[in-house]
Amino acid sequence: MEKIVLPDIKDLHQIKVYESNGGYSAAKKAFDQSPDDIIDQIKKSGLRGRGGAAFSAGLKWSFMPKTTDKPKYLCINGDESEPGSFKDRQIFEFNPHQLIEGILITTYATQAKITYVYIRGEYHKWIKLFEKALSDAYENGYVGEKMKEKFGTGFYCDIFVHKGAGAYICGEESALMNSIEGKRGYPRVKPPFPAQNGLWGCPTTINNVETITNVPSIINKGWEWFSKIGEPKHPGTLLFGVSGHVNKPGVYELPTGTLLTDIIYKYAGGVPGDKKILCVIPGGSSMPPLRGDQLEGVKMDAESLKAYGTAIGTGGVIVMDEDTDLVKVLARITKFYYHESCGQCTPCREGTGWMLKILNRMVKGEASVHDVDLLVSVANNIEGNTICALGEAAAWPVKYMVARFRDYFEQRMSKEVVLPVANKVHSMRRTAFPLADIKE
Amino acid sequence: MEFKFTEENLAKIEGILKKYPTKKAAVMAVLYVAQEQNGWISGEVMKEVALLLKITTEDVLGVVTFYTMYHQKPAGKYHLQVCTNVSCMLRGAYKLYDHIKEKLNIDNGGITGDSVFSLEEVECMGSCGTAPMIAVNEDYYESLNLEKVDQIIGSLSGK
Ligand SMILES: Cc1cc2nc3c(=O)[nH]c(=O)nc-3n(C[C@H](O)[C@H](O)[C@H](O)COP(=O)(O)O)c2cc1C
Ligand code: SF4
Ligand code: FES
Repeated sequence: MEKIVLPDIKDLHQIKVYESNGGYSAAKKAFDQSPDDIIDQIKKSGLRGRGGAAFSAGLKWSFMPKTTDKPKYLCINGDESEPGSFKDRQIFEFNPHQLIEGILITTYATQAKITYVYIRGEYHKWIKLFEKALSDAYENGYVGEKMKEKFGTGFYCDIFVHKGAGAYICGEESALMNSIEGKRGYPRVKPPFPAQNGLWGCPTTINNVETITNVPSIINKGWEWFSKIGEPKHPGTLLFGVSGHVNKPGVYELPTGTLLTDIIYKYAGGVPGDKKILCVIPGGSSMPPLRGDQLEGVKMDAESLKAYGTAIGTGGVIVMDEDTDLVKVLARITKFYYHESCGQCTPCREGTGWMLKILNRMVKGEASVHDVDLLVSVANNIEGNTICALGEAAAWPVKYMVARFRDYFEQRMSKEVVLPVANKVHSMRRTAFPLADIKE
Repeated sequence: MEFKFTEENLAKIEGILKKYPTKKAAVMAVLYVAQEQNGWISGEVMKEVALLLKITTEDVLGVVTFYTMYHQKPAGKYHLQVCTNVSCMLRGAYKLYDHIKEKLNIDNGGITGDSVFSLEEVECMGSCGTAPMIAVNEDYYESLNLEKVDQIIGSLSGK
């Protein structure tokens, strides 16, 4: 299988090696065409965002106004803080120049002059590695004013690194822009969308690191080539980060549509001790979990996972074996969202705390059966009632974990309750807390 | 205690300001420079940063209190950050975390009597595939077990 984002080439992070493997030729090729041609090719390639929402990259670029007196910006999202995601750091470390080249092409297509690469603050090492590559690119005339000479075009752009400081919410694109502006990382109400009103009120495009790293290959090898890799509706490869109970955790670049079971058993080496799988979260901790007996035939791409009632997210596959305490797992995931809620919206700020309280009660064995429904009802009241999607990110794991492991949760709770009481609560529950819209 | 940036750091800040169209946007990077010089972000540091960037102290305070990586009190010489989020937890992070707490006899947010170690439970650090992990100041230590953690702490306290 051909790899696009992380090819097996030794020392590719070094500019000389990148050059000798055809590096920066895609930028040259792009600059010889019109910006609209480039946007068109990316649209036709079917490239979709790798940062969570899988939105068409070409379409997003086309939202940038063509005529404006304001400066335009590109933000590269390398905040990578979703639990279970650890792929962008591989690009910073092993293929930074392809990201830089992708940025050149993207800024040319959208006619942005300045790019901020937002990297989470904890990634000191990867910030240094990327900054080294960036300064090499500057020195060799691939970035900055010298580009005009190097590529023989009138276009040039600058790239700056912005270091985060430990806030997951800054991965949300509007929070990310506020953070670059030197403010608290509060998500903004949309609309207006960033293409109209982004950084400092100027037109701005935000894309994930992996998304943009795909761009040079598409320009070099053609959109048709790219569109034929993997699943037609979500083509290309994905960096799947596999973690949890597998023998060989790590990042695997595979075509979209690869079977989840292949990722777990063929590539990540299966489950230690040949244990059964109880639960898998397919796309980072925000995404609805799948039961171990639901994995057969599940293909890993945006459309297929939608059909299975979950989502591709960042492609972070978290595997849990049969001995895992799911109540503890859910409590830990919820603690994360409680901690990371920026606090602007009451349902998210308070709801995450209430869910955590209930779940902690459950972990300690102090909960009763009706707490299961109470928990779901809090999640349902967060979903759809907030400024940004962290609300969903907090609600989905709870809502779908409980729906898909209802028996597990009920058994676990009723063990702690004296039986006649449990039964009474159980029969009351149906009316007191309607099950909303969860179907399995 | 009054805080002033060193000449060297003022030059660094000059460079940072060139990246942004507003002075305010430099606040996060300038706070990192301050933290490196002072060890933590005190009230005096915030005042000086505000003065330098021509923003209010409240603006700076708002940023410092929003982002977890700015220390609002002195940290140890070695600041240990243990990830206990889901992927690490599945691979024994809590055992590791409890072990460290016991060994250093401090709790989350605590600092040892000799100020050598401080401890913080952190959220996912992007090392899920090499879990469990701890970070010491800026460096990651991955694929850990109790033995390896003992070695790390041992070699640091020896220094
Ligand atoms: C709470 C939250 C956190 C997010 N974190 C990230 C992140 O760390 N990295 C990322 O690329 N996108 C993240 N996103 C998605 C971004 O808002 C945005 O959709 C994405 O960066 C767009 O890039 P793409 O179209 O190339 O995927 C996050 C979204 C939310 C709601
Ligand atoms: S949903 Fe949560 S994180 Fe998003 S803006 Fe509202 S309070 Fe902040
Ligand atoms: S869960 Fe610990 S590094 Fe991701």
